[in-house]
Amino acid sequence: MTRHRMGDKMAIQPKVKRNQTKTYRKTKYRTAKRRDTLKGLLFLSPWLIGFLAFTLLPFINSILYSFNAVSITPGKVNLKWEGLEYYDYAWNVSTSFKLSLSSSAMLICCATPVILVFSLIIAILLNNRFRGRTFFRAVFFMPVIIMSGPVISKLLTGYTVDFTDEGSQLMLFLTSLPSVVSNPCVFTLDTLVLILWFSGVQILICLAGLQKVSPSLYEAAEIDGAGAWEKFWKITLPHMAPTILINAIYTVVTIANYSEQAVNREISENLFNTSMMYSLSAAMSWIYFLLVLLILAVVGLLFWLVSKKEKA
Amino acid sequence: MKIKKRSKSFAVKLFVYIILIGMGFVYLYPILYMVVNSFLSASDLTDPSVTWVPTELCLSNFQTAFETLDFASSFAMSMVMSLIPAILQTAVTAVVAYGIARFQIPGKKLILVLVLVTFLLPSQVMLVPRYVLFDNYHLTDTVWAQFLPAILGQGLNSAIFIFVYYSYFASYPLVLDEAAQIDGAGKWKIFTRISMPMAKGATILSMLFSFVFYWNETYQSNTLWGGKIQTLPLKLQSFTLQYEAIYGEEAAGSISESVSLAGTLLSILPLLVLYLIFQRQFVESIESTGITGE
Repeated sequence: MTRHRMGDKMAIQPKVKRNQTKTYRKTKYRTAKRRDTLKGLLFLSPWLIGFLAFTLLPFINSILYSFNAVSITPGKVNLKWEGLEYYDYAWNVSTSFKLSLSSSAMLICCATPVILVFSLIIAILLNNRFRGRTFFRAVFFMPVIIMSGPVISKLLTGYTVDFTDEGSQLMLFLTSLPSVVSNPCVFTLDTLVLILWFSGVQILICLAGLQKVSPSLYEAAEIDGAGAWEKFWKITLPHMAPTILINAIYTVVTIANYSEQAVNREISENLFNTSMMYSLSAAMSWIYFLLVLLILAVVGLLFWLVSKKEKA
Repeated sequence: MKIKKRSKSFAVKLFVYIILIGMGFVYLYPILYMVVNSFLSASDLTDPSVTWVPTELCLSNFQTAFETLDFASSFAMSMVMSLIPAILQTAVTAVVAYGIARFQIPGKKLILVLVLVTFLLPSQVMLVPRYVLFDNYHLTDTVWAQFLPAILGQGLNSAIFIFVYYSYFASYPLVLDEAAQIDGAGKWKIFTRISMPMAKGATILSMLFSFVFYWNETYQSNTLWGGKIQTLPLKLQSFTLQYEAIYGEEAAGSISESVSLAGTLLSILPLLVLYLIFQRQFVESIESTGITGE
């Protein structure tokens, strides 16, 4: 009996102790965790402040400015509600805005597929082992270093290899096609070098992606008798899908931001438009931004559809 | 069999070379054209028989362009306006990425998404409100319009560098930190002594690319600085106007193509030199970060 009780006690006692240590540990763990979180926030604080001051606040202001008349008195920004007036002006009254908008959209839509294909081809070529690999890699990356708006507008207007020679067979063929097909083609040829200059970073991202594909996959395919063509479609391309998606987003964003674009120039020119100070530019930038978002959404949708088909 | 294979691989190699050289030529043609033509004298320029090889090296183009660009001072300005923001941006993005990667922060995913959003938000949407913001505090036309966003992690393409650092910091085991902690190191010491040396690749990438991005940026700076701060690309943008101011309107009307190209060459020369020195780092840093979509 006593022994039994003793046993009970002995059985209970450690239980209590364990419970105590558990809660003790828990609180200790909790404070340690909280301290960890606090320290983390401290590391993060510059970005948080910057995000509020230089991204979120301007973002909200940009929307407000596009709907309000802005006037600035020392130390204060005054807003007066104007509704969709500036959007209406940009869309319906301004003669040049829609033209710039369509030419920018054209550039983005033509350049993105060309850049994606070009960077993949060059990356596959550069992924071979041959003499001068580093040299060519350096050549194709060089435009990234020197690409600024003024340099491009000096160099790439007039000093490029001309593909749009009027009498050439290619041009004759293209102009004979319906304008829906021929316009983008002629436009792409016309700005081909500019478009290609945008693909420096994408080539390297593709190269990094290619190097991640396991060589044993290719070996296995070779044993099964696959040729280079089949290997590309069945192994390389599916494995490169995420890389290509990243490239697509990067391309759309960089070209949309490229400073010599018609729309971007129009926005900065209208910044100090006396009757519609700031507001018109803000409204224009929002129209343009929505367009870019639409393009990004289409890109996302296309990739989603393709990957779904791939899986099925 | 063996010979067949070798000749096949030779054909492939030849094919690769032809395509690469052809594409490379189209790619570099504007640059080659610029280099050659910037050395042409006025008579060579009009002589149709001179296309690629100048009869004499005309250095006076460069002299004129040098003066037009006000090279020494705008070069110094470019250095200040690119190097300092690059250093600030690198330091801050590293700290921030470390905070996201190695602490238990609620809403970590949300923060990463917001970082991505800052990359997608186009500069032209931000241009107007940022201008008003800086103008309100009388910071336009000053260096702070460039430095402040960089200090607070909202500089040019900051998001890319945060992601690159993040991928480095998130890739090595926590045990290493714990070992250092047992030895008495604080979080900051762990960051500077252990994490940063491991993320050397990210630091190289961030420094080089920040520098180049800031050097080449003209869209925001053109507006924010209102012409008060003149970097090399901005001077190049107003090259004809500058030329007119120095040599008079009449001379500017007939500004020779060679001088203009010499100016372009001069303005990108610092970057070309940088690229020659750091070519490997530029290229390999991107490959080593593993931004491939996973």
